[in-house]
Amino acid sequence: MNSSEPNLYLWLIPLLPLIGAAINGLFGHRFSKSVVATVGLVFVAAAFAMSAWASAQLLHLPQSKIPYIEDHLPWIAAGGFHVDFSFYLDQLSMVMILVVTGVGFLIHVYSVGYMEHEGGYYRFFSYLNLFMFFMLTLVLASSYLLMFVGWEGVGLASYLLIGFFFKKDSAANAGKKAFIVNRIGDFGFLIAMFLMFQKFGSLNFSDVFAKVSRLSGESSAGILTAIALLLLLGATGKSAQIPLYVWLPDAMEGPTPVSALIHAATMVTAGVYMVARSNFIFSRAPVALAVVAVIGCVTALFAATIGMAQTDIKRVLAYSTISQLGYMFLACGVAAYSAAIFHLMTHAFFKALLFLCAGSVIHALGGEQDMRNMGGLRKKIPVTFWTMTIGTFAIAGFPPLAGFFSKDEILFQSLVSPYGTKILWAMGLITAGITSFYMFRLWFMTFFGERRKAEHGAGHDDHGHANNGDHVHESPLIMLAPLAILAFFSFTGGWVNIPKALGGGNRFDQFLAPVLNAGAAATAEHENPGLEIGLALTSVFVASIGLAIAWLFYYKRRDLPGKVTAALNGVYTLVRDKYRVDELYNWLFVQPVIKLSRNFLWQQVDVGTIDAMVNEAADSAQHISNEARRMQSGNIRSYAGWVALGAAVVVAYMIWAGLQ
Amino acid sequence: MVPLAYYLGLSAILFCLGVLGFLIKRNIITIFICIELMLNAVNLSFVAFSAYLKNLNAQVFVFFVMVVAAAEAAVGLAIIIAVFRTRETLNVDRVNLLKL
Repeated sequence: MNSSEPNLYLWLIPLLPLIGAAINGLFGHRFSKSVVATVGLVFVAAAFAMSAWASAQLLHLPQSKIPYIEDHLPWIAAGGFHVDFSFYLDQLSMVMILVVTGVGFLIHVYSVGYMEHEGGYYRFFSYLNLFMFFMLTLVLASSYLLMFVGWEGVGLASYLLIGFFFKKDSAANAGKKAFIVNRIGDFGFLIAMFLMFQKFGSLNFSDVFAKVSRLSGESSAGILTAIALLLLLGATGKSAQIPLYVWLPDAMEGPTPVSALIHAATMVTAGVYMVARSNFIFSRAPVALAVVAVIGCVTALFAATIGMAQTDIKRVLAYSTISQLGYMFLACGVAAYSAAIFHLMTHAFFKALLFLCAGSVIHALGGEQDMRNMGGLRKKIPVTFWTMTIGTFAIAGFPPLAGFFSKDEILFQSLVSPYGTKILWAMGLITAGITSFYMFRLWFMTFFGERRKAEHGAGHDDHGHANNGDHVHESPLIMLAPLAILAFFSFTGGWVNIPKALGGGNRFDQFLAPVLNAGAAATAEHENPGLEIGLALTSVFVASIGLAIAWLFYYKRRDLPGKVTAALNGVYTLVRDKYRVDELYNWLFVQPVIKLSRNFLWQQVDVGTIDAMVNEAADSAQHISNEARRMQSGNIRSYAGWVALGAAVVVAYMIWAGLQ
Repeated sequence: MVPLAYYLGLSAILFCLGVLGFLIKRNIITIFICIELMLNAVNLSFVAFSAYLKNLNAQVFVFFVMVVAAAEAAVGLAIIIAVFRTRETLNVDRVNLLKL
């Protein structure tokens, strides 16, 4: 690299957590817990520091030098196909690395306290660092293929961490489910890459985007739509959207910090990042864009309704995550990519906060996860209560908290963007109300009223804690500090993108504009302040209704939920059972595959054909040998006879040949 | 002068006798003598060709064959003695461990 060029040492950012993972993974079993925690934290903190430094440098680069691409080793060079290990930093990946390393570091700190009493401490931190390595590779990659490496890697880390309590069958199965469902999405991603290589001859972002923008609109719409839809399939797998969302609720079997880091704040947003990164392609494929919007919108509403009826505190948050990811896809689908990334960022703050608070509650109750057995915790764990309150108000979308600005931006865009419609907006708005309802339901059930004891001891025992039930205690400082920091950002995170109508300047949108709007039809301008303020007031009003209903049902009149669910019995059980989608998939896909595998592939193909061929070869060899071994009789004269016979044959042949 | 064919005929008869004895006799010593008989049948054809072609090369081969036969006699008899010591028989049909 030329010495006059700026050097941001991007390769260090993913490498540092990898070193941490290697040290803890290889030698961690010999270290004490404090050494393991120090190693885990130091390398992630260093990665965060490097990211912050690189971001600061990037801001000083002239616009012509962005995206800043750092080339390292060539990786694959086969014919006309070249892929290098090279990293790509622009405003979009800058936001991502800051969120990933920042939130990731806080969750690492929290884990030090949360995992204190668990076995496999070094294993946990090694996996967590490994996850950071792959996630940073994913967001810094300069080509689809290198991105795919990170994409698969985070899937691996997710699998390992969901199955962290691998002695529990449900955890091991949840890990496998996540892995297998993700494979379906990865298949789409792979085919999309094949198509891209066939069409553009390269997988580098810069080459692909340059070639896409030179294509003429009409002739290439088909292939771009195909690529975009296949990429979307990949994104639905990773980001838990319909139809591949089913793995995320089960992924809550993992330790709570993992749910916060991987299954709320970072990994599941990879699909949103990928769609935003590919905005050149999506913006030229309006059909695919419409599909993105519909999937996002339907997922948001669908998951939110399931969230209303769940009783496991982490599952409520899991469905809430799916629902919020749906919002991000909705934003992508109306070509408001910066709104999606904005919501991704604020969601990372408040959802990580909510999960960590839920972890703190579970920690305080010695492993209890069922909200029906909680209640009245407000006074006993005040710090957790207040931070969770901020998180709840943030996700419900009350001003001036982060969620208000990002959610409003999305709702506004879904109405006024050239791709937006009233239906998308209305469904988004209903989702906002439901979100508010189930979050306040969680909040009231957990912190208000009287403590409701479990009749049969702690229901979920995967957080095997020394205290059992009775002695409710606040978490240690090392867990509360990350909560406080995340609460601060959940409060203020939205202020970077205050819309013009409310006296701000849409600074975040403008910051991302060079990356996200270059290939897109410009997203709707904020030129109608009256409409925007009206929409904001509407969504606050809807959120307030959600709050009011939750207050009525779960605080004021606790007998009401029982009556309502009794009145709506069929609907209620359907929702509580998650619309029985798991059962449907089981019946539609899993069982046929199992039957096909067992009855045809196993019994017919494997046993009947492949094994039979091998056995037949062995059997025939044995039969022939059985006959042939008679020649070796041990009788010397018979050997001599064979020799004489052979000699006679040779002589006879020579005489015969001589006569010819 | 006796024609070449007579020598070769005698050689062939001696060789066949050797082969026949080798195949039907059971006593190791007899078999051994039969081998010597075959070797000498070959020697006879060598010297017959040598005389016929007026070439001494074949007679050199005869010496080689004699040397081999002498060495073989020494080794072979030693083996026969060893076999008799372990198995107390000279019947080759009873020396049949070398089979599957």
